[in-house]
Amino acid sequence: MNAPTKLAVRDVYKSFGDRAVLQGIDLAVSEHEVVCLIGSSGSGKSTLLRCIDLLESIDHGEIAIEGEVITAPGVNPNLVRRRIGIVFQSFNLFPHLNVLNNVTLAARRVHGVARADAEARARELLDRFGLGEKVEEYPDRLSGGQQQRVAIVRALMGDPDLLLLDEITSALDPELVGEVLGVIRGLAEAGLTMVLATHEMGFARDVATNVAFLDQGRVLELGPPDQVLRAPNEERTRRFLRRVIDAGRL
Amino acid sequence: MVEPGRQHPQPHGVKPTRSHFGEEGARSALIAAASTVVFVAAIVALVLTSDTWPKVRQQFFNWDDARTVWPAIWKGFQRNLWMFAVAEVFILAGSLVVAMVRSLRGPAFFPIRALATIYVDLFRGLPLYLVLILMGFGIPALDIDGVPNSVWFWGVTALVLSYSAYTAEVFRGAMDSVHESQRAAARSLGLTQVQTLWYAIVPQAVRNAIPALLNGLISLQKDVALVAVLGYREALREADIYKSRTFNYTGFVVAAVLFLIISVPLARFTDWYTERDRRRRQQRAV
Ligand SMILES: Nc1ncnc2c1ncn2[C@@H]1O[C@H](COP(=O)(O)OP(=O)(O)O)[C@@H](O)[C@H]1O
Ligand SMILES: [Mg+2]
Repeated sequence: MNAPTKLAVRDVYKSFGDRAVLQGIDLAVSEHEVVCLIGSSGSGKSTLLRCIDLLESIDHGEIAIEGEVITAPGVNPNLVRRRIGIVFQSFNLFPHLNVLNNVTLAARRVHGVARADAEARARELLDRFGLGEKVEEYPDRLSGGQQQRVAIVRALMGDPDLLLLDEITSALDPELVGEVLGVIRGLAEAGLTMVLATHEMGFARDVATNVAFLDQGRVLELGPPDQVLRAPNEERTRRFLRRVIDAGRL
Repeated sequence: MVEPGRQHPQPHGVKPTRSHFGEEGARSALIAAASTVVFVAAIVALVLTSDTWPKVRQQFFNWDDARTVWPAIWKGFQRNLWMFAVAEVFILAGSLVVAMVRSLRGPAFFPIRALATIYVDLFRGLPLYLVLILMGFGIPALDIDGVPNSVWFWGVTALVLSYSAYTAEVFRGAMDSVHESQRAAARSLGLTQVQTLWYAIVPQAVRNAIPALLNGLISLQKDVALVAVLGYREALREADIYKSRTFNYTGFVVAAVLFLIISVPLARFTDWYTERDRRRRQQRAV
């Protein structure tokens, strides 16, 4: 298993004011891998994902995609973001645009795809994820699960090299979690490289190639799910997992 | 006349459960109407029986003067409306551009951002009257080749510069109130800052800004008359000319009525729209 490295995060630090959030993150993700970030709230999962998408600047270290350092000065962040898709916990669909326009906005305005072509591709993807009936709807008319699937389609439209998912089921009613996780499972099987922050340990165990346990802005433990989730080396990981089990999430 | 507080007879065929509410509503409407009639009648009576009324009427409400002055005032008022319309178009476009510039982030945009900030501070801080005089009298007095010296041009320019600074802040406030995550979502798709503002933020902001924009519209509609100070023959100026000739103020009353015919419905519409908007937001928040 020697796939090329898709994403490399090397010794990354990030502070907000005097709050040190990332304190020396190292992480490597190979092509077709799915890496799950776990860790308690506030451990820096969202911040790491936002730094990878250049939505936050980093204070130290570097991030590279396919060997190309994207945090170097002079790199156009817009070009980097075209190669990365990100889905947020709160969907963040554009409320003034219907589903089709939400999904095709970037294709038309950023990638310069003709409207007809963009819409054809959008309809195909929306169909695949069970949203074929909803293309004309506005976001506030959709369930949370539907909105999140639209957000996933929106992120996939640019054919990203890497998909980042930030607790995408945390804002959903429990009965809607399954439909969204099903979509991600399908993408994992199709070989998309993904980094996802999640509290769904069962799901992480099923789809993850590797699980990274974040603690106070560091990757404290990294390994295959069977090892990290069943037989963690670190006491902190054990304590975190016990709390998760007590909360009934494993 | 209906006595206030009299029991309103219950209409036939209305179910008791609804009639309570309906009766209450009808009763308060009745009370409101009755007390208004009494109040207005009292004031009118007071004014008409006062010793000075004939003089007031002669000076301000003279029908013959109104007829004489009408053609000039009406023509002037049409000029007001035209200036108002032209100025508003430039104000909306200009202020949106200024607001977008002020919303750009990053050191690369510092110079134009600073420029926009200086402009807003300057023109929001100066009285419109002063800007009008500076531009309307000052610039033509320089007599520079190629620079227009029309009073109309400089009057509209002063209105546009002054109002755009204020309106830009309305837009900027509305853009700031769009949640930060919308910006992140747009940026993550690879949209540039300007595209992010234009396609994701501005459409949402404009909707939030409409009540404040309508209030600005009402205010501009009146302030257009300030161009009279430059000698431009709009409605107020015509009324003034007539007064200088006849020492009669009826022309001002005629002009006032014309302004009110535009601004009162606008004010009512603004209230109605703002209220509807507020209710829609509340519904969405539930
Ligand atoms: N924009 C920000 N400004 C200030 N503090 C922030 C900001 N974003 C995140 N933080 C802080 O960084 C810490 C880590 O947050 P986050 O990355 O969201 O953690 P997680 O996603 O693991 O819950 C938290 O303490 C949070 O308050
Ligand atoms: Mg988070």
